[in-house]
Amino acid sequence: MDYKDIRLDHQVILRLVNPHSQVLDLGCGNGELLYLLIKEKNCLGQGIEIDEQAIYSCVAKGLNVLHGDIDSGLADYGDKSFDYIILNQTLQQVKHLEPVLDDALRVGKKVIVGLPNFAGYKARIQLFFGGRAPVTKSLPYSWYESPNMHFLSILDFIEYCGQKKIKIEKSEFINEKKPIILFPNIFAQTGIFLISR
Amino acid sequence: MVKHKDSVGIVETKYFSFGKTNEELILESGERFGPVTIAYEAYGSLNEEKSNAILILHALSGDAHAAGLHSHNDKKPGWWDEMIGPGKAFDTDKYFVICSNILGGCKGSTGPSSINPGTNKPFALNFPVISINDMVSAQKRLVEYLGVNKLLCVVGGSMGGMQVLAWINKYPQFLASAIPIATCLRHNPQQIAFNEVGRQAIMADPNWKEGNYYSLDLPAKGLAVARMLGHITYMSDVSMAEKFGRQKKESGQPFKFNAADFEVEGYLHYHGDNFVKRFDANSYLYITKAMDNFDATRGKSLAELFKGLKAKVLVIAFKSDWLYPAHQSQEIVKACKLSRVDATYCEIDSTYGHDAFLLETKEETHLITHFLKKAFYKYEVTGKYGL
Repeated sequence: MDYKDIRLDHQVILRLVNPHSQVLDLGCGNGELLYLLIKEKNCLGQGIEIDEQAIYSCVAKGLNVLHGDIDSGLADYGDKSFDYIILNQTLQQVKHLEPVLDDALRVGKKVIVGLPNFAGYKARIQLFFGGRAPVTKSLPYSWYESPNMHFLSILDFIEYCGQKKIKIEKSEFINEKKPIILFPNIFAQTGIFLISR
Repeated sequence: MVKHKDSVGIVETKYFSFGKTNEELILESGERFGPVTIAYEAYGSLNEEKSNAILILHALSGDAHAAGLHSHNDKKPGWWDEMIGPGKAFDTDKYFVICSNILGGCKGSTGPSSINPGTNKPFALNFPVISINDMVSAQKRLVEYLGVNKLLCVVGGSMGGMQVLAWINKYPQFLASAIPIATCLRHNPQQIAFNEVGRQAIMADPNWKEGNYYSLDLPAKGLAVARMLGHITYMSDVSMAEKFGRQKKESGQPFKFNAADFEVEGYLHYHGDNFVKRFDANSYLYITKAMDNFDATRGKSLAELFKGLKAKVLVIAFKSDWLYPAHQSQEIVKACKLSRVDATYCEIDSTYGHDAFLLETKEETHLITHFLKKAFYKYEVTGKYGL
């Protein structure tokens, strides 16, 4: 299948998910990814989103979406209720990251996490030579308006998974346009991990 | 008056009677009751596949007149006119929309003020004990009489939402989708308490006379006070401040007990007094009791409640609604989550309090229009069928 008109991180996630899976997108935003998963992969999808206007976009796409925050969104579900829980570009914005990730690993058979890499070379250059908090394509916010609560690198997350006995089944690294194979912690803007416990 | 271009136009309330001997309604209490008349209005028409019928259920003081005008001189359209009509959320060009009044009411359906065929006098307190489930049993007879064998959607706010939940419980196979708005699985003590104060106000009125007032003076003051209390609970502190402020009715003597000093008092008096002209005090007692007794869980756990439900559910709550707070809607959502029912939930940002379900029609229109389309055309996401 050819996804070349689709955002690169969405392409990666589409390839990671098996067809006809049950998927919950936690922090699904305007529902773009969830829509693709249903349309292209025939998944059964449920979204959870805190922003009211984003809910309206989701509903217009025909998605099932629940208005609620990421921290409490999973609590009501039983163990292994979904094949995949998706946390794309949301985990770094969650105040209490660990309970959310634990809950995701409980409710989902597998979890897909997409994270911005704080140690990308552009960020490193800005920090090292410019002496300023970096603003890049994957970290687009100034320090005073950033919704991000956690600033982590690809290596940080890999190390964390090791410590917490979380199995990384697959990992893919990308910048805006293409996959990164060599030295992802320097050259990738985004890391996408398929994990399970 | 000219016909509104997006209005259903001139409509009339119709009456469906059933429940002759051996065909009575079997009430939740076990009692057989009949004959029963249910007032209703219907807009649009049932399609050949009989797949486009929507049932709309009203709140405590509502009636079957949900949309359009009763005559050219009518000043006010039906209570949800903004939502029902050609091109609106409940698009009458596309859907067959039915609005049913309730058993126990006083708007054309059989209730305490109806004549008891056994005595040729109004039932008054001899009217049987009724429940939200009984109202729904009567509505089921009505929609079947109208040729409907499956509803595309059942929708209602407040007490109407309780009826939606009762429909889900009683007739899950009969529904393709359901929209409970600003409602709850069961009343909390605060909601029961407000209703009890309303009932006590009515029964404290010397004209109430144990409910036997029909040929005498009405318990007008008691019912008006009950309505005034109701109105306070339907608004929010913000909406009241915006609407009335501390504005006085007129300058001069600021210490009157026999007339309204503040705008807000005048508003409550006006609505209290007006209510007496259109509502029966005994109906108020019966309906509020039915609401208080309602419990959609019926002793089941939330995980059991919607087990196997195939209907899609859209739950709507409003941020400033403190009478039916959002956490009560979230209980319904939780039951959907536990049974993995296809569900959408939105808590609309509004300052109108509980009244918001009648007022925030723009947001409701967006949510409901798309939700209904999905249920009607049976797609998972848009685009697949070029929609």
